[in-house]
Amino acid sequence: MALKMVKGSIDRMFDKNLQDLVRGIRNHKEDEAKYISQCIDEIKQELKQDNIAVKANAVCKLTYLQMLGYDISWAAFNIIEVMSASKFTFKRIGYLAASQCFHEGTDVIMLTTNQIRKDLSSPNQYDTGVALTGLSCFVTPDLARDLANDIMTLMSHTKPYIRKKAVLIMYKVFLKYPESLRPAFPRLKEKLEDPDPGVQSAAVNVICELARRNPKNYLSLAPLFFKLMTSSTNNWVLIKIIKLFGALTPLEPRLGKKLIEPLTNLIHSTSAMSLLYECVNTVICGLFFQLCVQKLRILIEDSDQNLKYLGLLAMSKILKTHPKSVQSHKDLILQCLDDKDESIRLRALDLLYGMVSKKNLMEIVKKLMIHVDKAEGTTYRDELLTKIIDICSQSNYQYITNFEWYISILVELTRLEGTRHGHLIAAQMLDVAIRVKAIRKFAVSQMAMLLDNAHLIASNTQRNGICEVLYAAAWICGEFSEHLEEANQTLEAMLRPKVTTLPGHIQAVYVQNMVKLYASILQQKEQAGEKEAAQEITQLMIERLPQFVQSADLEVQERASCILQLIKYIQKLQAKEVPVAEEVIALFAGELNPVAPKAQKKVPVPEGLDLDAWINEPPSDSESEDEKPKTIFHEEEQRHSRHRQPEIDEEELARRREARKQEQANNPFYIKSSPSPQKRYQDTPGVEHIPVVQIDLSVPLKVPGMPMSDQYVKLEEERRHKQKLEKDKKKKKQKKEKRGKHHRHNSLHTESEEDIAPAHHVDIITEEMPENALPSDEDDKDPNDPYKALDIDLDKPLADSEKLPVQRHRNVETLKSPDSEVPLVEKKSKKPKKKEKKHKDKERDKGKKKEKEKKVVEEEEEEVKKVILQDLHYFSSCCYLLLSSFCCLGTTYDIQGNLQHDSQVTVSVIFENKSTSFLKSMELNVLDSLNTKMLRPEGSSVHDGIPVPFQLPPGISNEAQFVFTLQSIVMAQKLKGTLSFIVKDDEGSTHEKLDFKLHFSCASYLITTPCYSDAFAKLLESGDLHMSSIKVDGISISFQHLLAKICFHHHFSVVERVDSCASMYSRSIQGHHVCLLVKKGENSVSIDGKCNDSTLLSNLLDEMKETLSKC
Amino acid sequence: MIHFILLFSRQGKLRLQKWYTTLPDKEKKKIIREIIQIILSRNQKTSSFVDWKDLKLVYKRYASLYFCCAIEDQDNELLTLEVVHRYVELLDRYFGNVCELDIIFNFEKAYFILDEFIIGGEVQETSKKTAVKAIEDSDMLQETVEEYMNKPAF
Repeated sequence: MALKMVKGSIDRMFDKNLQDLVRGIRNHKEDEAKYISQCIDEIKQELKQDNIAVKANAVCKLTYLQMLGYDISWAAFNIIEVMSASKFTFKRIGYLAASQCFHEGTDVIMLTTNQIRKDLSSPNQYDTGVALTGLSCFVTPDLARDLANDIMTLMSHTKPYIRKKAVLIMYKVFLKYPESLRPAFPRLKEKLEDPDPGVQSAAVNVICELARRNPKNYLSLAPLFFKLMTSSTNNWVLIKIIKLFGALTPLEPRLGKKLIEPLTNLIHSTSAMSLLYECVNTVICGLFFQLCVQKLRILIEDSDQNLKYLGLLAMSKILKTHPKSVQSHKDLILQCLDDKDESIRLRALDLLYGMVSKKNLMEIVKKLMIHVDKAEGTTYRDELLTKIIDICSQSNYQYITNFEWYISILVELTRLEGTRHGHLIAAQMLDVAIRVKAIRKFAVSQMAMLLDNAHLIASNTQRNGICEVLYAAAWICGEFSEHLEEANQTLEAMLRPKVTTLPGHIQAVYVQNMVKLYASILQQKEQAGEKEAAQEITQLMIERLPQFVQSADLEVQERASCILQLIKYIQKLQAKEVPVAEEVIALFAGELNPVAPKAQKKVPVPEGLDLDAWINEPPSDSESEDEKPKTIFHEEEQRHSRHRQPEIDEEELARRREARKQEQANNPFYIKSSPSPQKRYQDTPGVEHIPVVQIDLSVPLKVPGMPMSDQYVKLEEERRHKQKLEKDKKKKKQKKEKRGKHHRHNSLHTESEEDIAPAHHVDIITEEMPENALPSDEDDKDPNDPYKALDIDLDKPLADSEKLPVQRHRNVETLKSPDSEVPLVEKKSKKPKKKEKKHKDKERDKGKKKEKEKKVVEEEEEEVKKVILQDLHYFSSCCYLLLSSFCCLGTTYDIQGNLQHDSQVTVSVIFENKSTSFLKSMELNVLDSLNTKMLRPEGSSVHDGIPVPFQLPPGISNEAQFVFTLQSIVMAQKLKGTLSFIVKDDEGSTHEKLDFKLHFSCASYLITTPCYSDAFAKLLESGDLHMSSIKVDGISISFQHLLAKICFHHHFSVVERVDSCASMYSRSIQGHHVCLLVKKGENSVSIDGKCNDSTLLSNLLDEMKETLSKC
Repeated sequence: MIHFILLFSRQGKLRLQKWYTTLPDKEKKKIIREIIQIILSRNQKTSSFVDWKDLKLVYKRYASLYFCCAIEDQDNELLTLEVVHRYVELLDRYFGNVCELDIIFNFEKAYFILDEFIIGGEVQETSKKTAVKAIEDSDMLQETVEEYMNKPAF
């Protein structure tokens, strides 16, 4: 022994300690991995030694290695060993290691419960402290449940050092085990007034965290916090309290008023920027904005980047609720766009999004466009691009008054090189062109130009690159080809060989829309009688299409070859001089109905349809589960589903267009400006469409002929001015009519939002929804919010059942079987039973009655039974046995143990009236045995029956309960009894009697009690159980069903199941443990049982044998 | 609530990590790599706050060491900077003019100090004096490895 110890100490001399390890790693820079794996081998050796100091040293080194990224989960058990060392030196290291590497998935964590509990109650405060610290890192729901009570006790520890730790840990416990919140809350509240400031601040912290998630439960604490806020000088605490008030004020507006004074004082007096920021942040919830925005301006104007950033952040919060107060600082925000720091620029962009109005949209976007040009780095430029589109398209293009302007902005954006957001621009183009009918003509002309200049754009063919806009351009030109001026030219542009270098899905759209274009050209030519021109265009198609037929993309190839054949056919017809245009055009007639994105979700489930039920039983094995269904169509195709067709009739639009033209014609300012771009195109189409030879320059090129969006800004201003003038005129007129009732009209009023009417009408059609769609929008809620569970009403008084579990090993006893507490009251469960008894002659009836009276059914006959159970664990239900049957009265019963009393069982009897007569004055009497007695009301003798507390009309069933007391439960019992009742029908009433036998099986004394496998194992090991076993042959049902049957009839629960072997557990009302091991062989089942009482066990097994032999 | 605290060097070497939410190791490693990369790539003149997923990163550089905290959306950034600063002050008091090497060689001490200051992601002790005293007191209990080596084992 001594030798071993000497050896141990010598070994230690050669051990590396942590410092050596760190030094070693630093010295082995080249072969670090090799050195460390060598060290890990050493550590493994050290962990094998008995000496706890060596182990602790090893664990300490492991913790360091863990930080370097090495897996040390294999040492979890050793860590626990070190945690349970008696010396603080080692314990501390153990807990540190545990807190670094344990997580909820660590399986050995459940072994720590008792150790932690021991440490929590250690007389040494540092032992407790180190355990609490560790626990805060690796607490699991199980640990939280088992230790909640211990930690709660520590909240009232004598040492503030422990109190404050315990208070803070409670928050973690609440999160993992929400049931503990209500019982622990009163004590937590107490801690707000703890004499120690540290504890107080801890309590404020925890309540603040809780209240932020579910503020309404903490409103009652407001006065207390108010007192704290006015008395405390600790900035750390103040910040938390102010944060808490920030969460409370939206719920209680009166609080805001009260807070103004103290908060203003703080804002004015404090030197701590963090406190100032917190105050401002809180005030945003509904107090005085002007002051804040001004203060924030100071923050933003500061040279300190941190303050600038936070100022912008806070500003964006004000913007959400009070946009007006922020909008006046637009200049400042726009300045921030020039900042060097990207995060500040992004914040400023966010702010701009909320600041736009109809009035300033064009101006803001213009500024942004300048930034797009200047921007370095694609990420920021992409961000700008998405922001421009977001700003313009927000709330259904609410702020856009001129769509020609918007389209030209979009077209200008296509000049961006290397952007990832081509598809965004494309989607916008499609959306606008489809929804704003009035803009289509303009859009088509712009798109035709894009197609013409496709070579500029197509240079970047990467996914989602800018070439995506060609997708939109092609589609728009094809779909609205009737608006196209120079369809021939566009068609030719689409047929250029360069097109084949585009991505497949774009080519596919090209091919499809070529035909649309072709169809409309054909129609045009035929109507004009230019047959040759029509044949020419057909010839062109036939010449050029084969390049698409050769495409590697399946979609393109298929479409192209299909269309090629079609056109060849048309050519044949044309040769015979048959007019074909009408029929070709008919191919593309008709409108697509728009469907809302959420429409599918909103279809109500028809009555009687259970979506969770299997249609077919699923195949047993999980073969090929990961195989995802392949999309048949290209992803891009799906975008069409979002587009809606406008539904405003043409007449209305024409009328409006006319009105607008009239307006423009009458506008005195209109003449001065350049001609409308739309007009310009119409006037000079030839120049626009002459392809210009492009020199490849890296400078962003201006696409020729494209109008600069700036023109529109000017135009728009004029339009607005004119509108205003008209309005003023009208107003003046009105005033004249009113004979100057108001003395002076304030004609210098600033334009308000409502005054600006959009130039084009946007069809904001609500998308199609299924009929009787559910209006609720609850589908956005996240069910997995961990904080939801903490939304608990804290003002309700505590119920007994809510008390925290006190130290006990896996207190299974407290889990109650759901049926056990049914009180002896009449239950009005009126489930109409459908068993209809044929009406029989009274005479025949009486004859049979006698026979049946003798033939009392006493054996178990199962009622309706559906034993298809998925979850065997918590299955506990009543199986009702047929008590007695009579032609006009059916009774079934079930016996259940009573948990509160270890010597009582409750018998529930269902009476069902199967006759057409009325049954009343039912009375049940049982002949008591020595062991089993019916519980009668006080004062009545053993021979009195108990009246059934209801009457039964025909066809109705009802349940009554009777309580029996028993002494011994080890044997099954049978009791004789009678039920007397009066049958009343038209002919009068007769008194009837019914004999029965109540069978108290041993199983009916068992209560389904779930049991954990570890407790189960302990039970079996304890050795004070008797053993017995049975074997039943000829079992054909599946093991699953077999277990279900045992659970169902004999009130067992499954502890563990492995293949065809299962352990089961149950408890009798008198506390006998019954453990079973059920094994299924080929055609037989063997059951080994263990129980405190051998008689009970053998009786139970006999009963089980009987049940099983019926299978 | 602070979700985690990371200390790392300018070369991107992790010096200390403390997690107040439990995550699998793999996840942690991924996050650490990502965050170190984000922060090291930032210019010195930029602000100390970065939005990261649904959290906010607040970091500050002291000499060659970065201190980085991940906090929730509603938390106060400036307060977090002060938390970081207070931790540095505590380290300074304990080690006396702390440097990166102190933290490397006594990394468990750095953890113990942090544990006395922050628990479960919340500040537990705002007073420097109390925190340092608690650490020193518990150190009194702990014999150093050297002392232990010098003691006879039998």
